[in-house]
Amino acid sequence: MRIFFFVVALLISYSSVQAQDMTALVTKVKAKLDQVNDYEADGNMKTDVSFIKAPIGKVKVYFKKPNKFRLKKEGGISLLPKGGVSVNMSTIITTSDFVALAAGEAVIDGFKTKIVKLLPTNEASEIVITTLYIDEPNLLVRKAITTTKENGTYEMQMSYGAFANFGLPQKVVFSFNTKDYKLPKGITLEFDDNEKPLSEAQKLKNKKGRVEITYSNYIVNKGIADSFFK
Amino acid sequence: MWTLIQIELYKIFRRPRTYIAFIAVAALITIIQFGLKVDGKSYADFLMKDIGGTMEIDGNIINGYLICYIMLQLLLVHVPLLVALIAADMISGEANMGTLRLLISKPFSRTELLLAKFFASTVYTLLLLVWLAILALFLSMWIFGTGDMFLMKSSYVVLLSENDVFWRYAGAFVFAALAMVTVAALGFFLSIFAENSIGPIVATMSVIVFFTILSTLNIPIFNALKPYLFTTHMISWKEFFDIQVNDANEAIVGSIQNPQKIVNSALVLIVHIIGFVGGSIWIFNKKDVLS
Repeated sequence: MRIFFFVVALLISYSSVQAQDMTALVTKVKAKLDQVNDYEADGNMKTDVSFIKAPIGKVKVYFKKPNKFRLKKEGGISLLPKGGVSVNMSTIITTSDFVALAAGEAVIDGFKTKIVKLLPTNEASEIVITTLYIDEPNLLVRKAITTTKENGTYEMQMSYGAFANFGLPQKVVFSFNTKDYKLPKGITLEFDDNEKPLSEAQKLKNKKGRVEITYSNYIVNKGIADSFFK
Repeated sequence: MWTLIQIELYKIFRRPRTYIAFIAVAALITIIQFGLKVDGKSYADFLMKDIGGTMEIDGNIINGYLICYIMLQLLLVHVPLLVALIAADMISGEANMGTLRLLISKPFSRTELLLAKFFASTVYTLLLLVWLAILALFLSMWIFGTGDMFLMKSSYVVLLSENDVFWRYAGAFVFAALAMVTVAALGFFLSIFAENSIGPIVATMSVIVFFTILSTLNIPIFNALKPYLFTTHMISWKEFFDIQVNDANEAIVGSIQNPQKIVNSALVLIVHIIGFVGGSIWIFNKKDVLS
């Protein structure tokens, strides 16, 4: 019996040490991201959603701590996935409100990463769970999968360039689930009936959307007024 | 010939009824612009209801370009009725006043007379479209500004870059001109059979309403008939606002999804114009004019 309790105690302490370790890692990543108080960057945005025909657009992205984010597109109209504030990592990693658990290792884009599950401690949090793929030597998040209560599951895959030391990505690929889109022809005043019915495979493919932003010209910590985000 | 056209134009623009169409178009456009200026956001929210579940749209959707598109969708169905008001009166009006016989006794051929009258009604039609373009496009651009154009179709949405829109309007208005001249030609054709204006005006309107309803009904038995109705081809101006995408689903700036459809529809409309005007000349040359 004593041995049994000893093993259980060992397991509990081991798992708590593991969780502790991951919190430490996430804290280090957060500390790296915290170097950035604000930034603005130019970017090219590509929207790949089955029911959207949009050209690649030039965008300007603005961020200010803790979670102010704005994306402005040249010409004025931008389409982002609902709940798209999580396009930036800083809003996802808030270690004070999360428990970080280890969940193995994986290779992303040729980089060995630690898989960390972030569970929110706050019941009211919109995020249900976030899985981070952290490149430990470089303290960079290579991939993040976030499941939300209202807006489904998002996946972000990041690649880094010149601003990797700030944890700022060069390219972000944002994948998400889409809902069906259909407007009555009476509203759109379209009366052609040239549409062919979609196959099941196409329907499944059409449920996935992607937004890809390639960043350039980061301007970091030069100050952005709060009023800019209103 | 030019003198004849000038005389016919003078006759058209001397009549007060000519200006009804210009006033009606101005009134309709300004009332729509007023409504959208005051409560455009509610309208945009209503349109975005379906896409809003997946995407967040940021920016000025209700801009001059979209408003012009909305107005063209509404007005290009009804402008033919205003065109018929003049074109269907060109010959029958003379017959009604008893001046047709006198007119053909002048030293020019019946064909010249008919062509002059048709060109004059075409000028009226084109001026009406120019008026429509000034108010619906340029005034809307001035009031609501410009930007990317966000179009909602029944099964997809199209986002056109700001610098990729204006040439599409130029194309759409040229196509709309072709469609309206077809209506003018129909009205003109019907006007040679009557001796009062009401008959051909109402007949032209009836044909357009009847064909438009057949074009818009999605009943399989009528679908085979649709390609042969000129009203089906009149709405092909919308094709200018659909864009091609490549294999990576990126819209190709400056492209049109189905240019062949525009060409085909334009050819159908041109054939109709030639048919109606040619038919008018042929019948009128053989006609015994008694009024």
